Amino acid sequence: MHRISGILLTLFLPGHFIALGSALEGAQAFDEFLAWTERPLVKFAEWGIVLLLAVHLGGGLRVLALEFLPWRDWHKSLAAAAAAAAIAVGLAFALAL
Amino acid sequence: MSAKTQSLLWVAQRASAAVLALCVIVHLGTMIYAIRGGLSASEILSRTQGSVGWLAFYSVFVLAVAVHAPIGLRSVLLEWLGWRGASRDVFLAGVAIVLAGLGMRAVVGVFA
Amino acid sequence: MRDFEVPRHASQTVLDVVTHIQRALDPALAYRFACRVGVCGSCAMTVNGVARWTCRTHIDKAVRNRNEITIEPLRNLPVIRDLVTDMREFFDKWARAKGSFQGDRSRRDDFSRIPSEGASRKQIDAAIECIGCGVCYSSCDVVSWNPDYLGPAALNRAWTLIRDERDTASIERLRAVAGDAGCHSCHTHMSCTERCPKGISPTAGIAGLKREVSLALLRGQL
Repeated sequence: MHRISGILLTLFLPGHFIALGSALEGAQAFDEFLAWTERPLVKFAEWGIVLLLAVHLGGGLRVLALEFLPWRDWHKSLAAAAAAAAIAVGLAFALAL
Repeated sequence: MSAKTQSLLWVAQRASAAVLALCVIVHLGTMIYAIRGGLSASEILSRTQGSVGWLAFYSVFVLAVAVHAPIGLRSVLLEWLGWRGASRDVFLAGVAIVLAGLGMRAVVGVFA
Repeated sequence: MRDFEVPRHASQTVLDVVTHIQRALDPALAYRFACRVGVCGSCAMTVNGVARWTCRTHIDKAVRNRNEITIEPLRNLPVIRDLVTDMREFFDKWARAKGSFQGDRSRRDDFSRIPSEGASRKQIDAAIECIGCGVCYSSCDVVSWNPDYLGPAALNRAWTLIRDERDTASIERLRAVAGDAGCHSCHTHMSCTERCPKGISPTAGIAGLKREVSLALLRGQL
């Protein structure tokens, strides 16, 4: 999960940066791009990206906690907490969308 | 690449991860807040243009990503594709430069 | 893969089943065991897809359905024959991780006194009971992806020595366990911790090594 979300996010970022970079060519080009993002399929993909980001964040916090905090028996709850946090963010974004 | 350099890369990746954790939380929060009622260029630009705070935040964000992502890909390329050695590391340095370059272009784009 | 019919007994272990097969059904079957009581670490095999110490695994626990079990050799190690794997690489990696104690006292010196309630002694206690069965190594995803990776058991051993106040080879050992073949490749999937029959958490020790290597690196000792 952590790995796949990481790879997909890395692939997404250049596109994301190019889109934001289009602001350089003026607000109109940027708005045209935003109009494209209104399509349902694109919207769904966006939601996927946000979910991936949340998943990668949750998984990453889990790794940091395992590596840097003293721990014993709570690693399973930690993985569950990471997943729950990711789902919560995903829902919040879907509601706001 | 020596074990020492590899250890250094690990430290860089975990340090950038800690920075990114904060950045991503802020970013997700801003996003969920900003998309309510739809996005428009003017809305985004009115938030970011001329704001040194956002400029600094996104610069840190982009540079941390440019450090973090290629180091992560490094072990993916080794473990899933068996790609090791100098050619892989040169490729990943390229990835870092592309991410930093495009990212900073975008940051400057929404600031200026 | 061959099928055998084996009688079912109370308190029967997986090793009992393998022994029955060899004694009664197929004398040519090759497998490895010695103590039969969970001390020597030589009888580990893959039981229904999961690496286990077979002498301490009851059939009741291992059987999934229809009274069938699948027994295979350990993974991530070359198979010599049937259920016997070549453990050389596994133990060579202990040596590569500098898994032997190095001290600076002779027998003319007094004993070292290590308080049993000290923090590092407690960390050693949690990790020292390894019997070298190879279950963790066989369960590790990183070993299967990167054959150079030292693996959980060797790194766990290195960790117990790093925590040992009497040991004098810490920096060399940290060098040996750093980098792509060492502790930094661990993904904290925790299969080793999940499967270790002795309840050790190699993941915790490897995380400790990562911190120690980083500290040594930042102090310029590496």
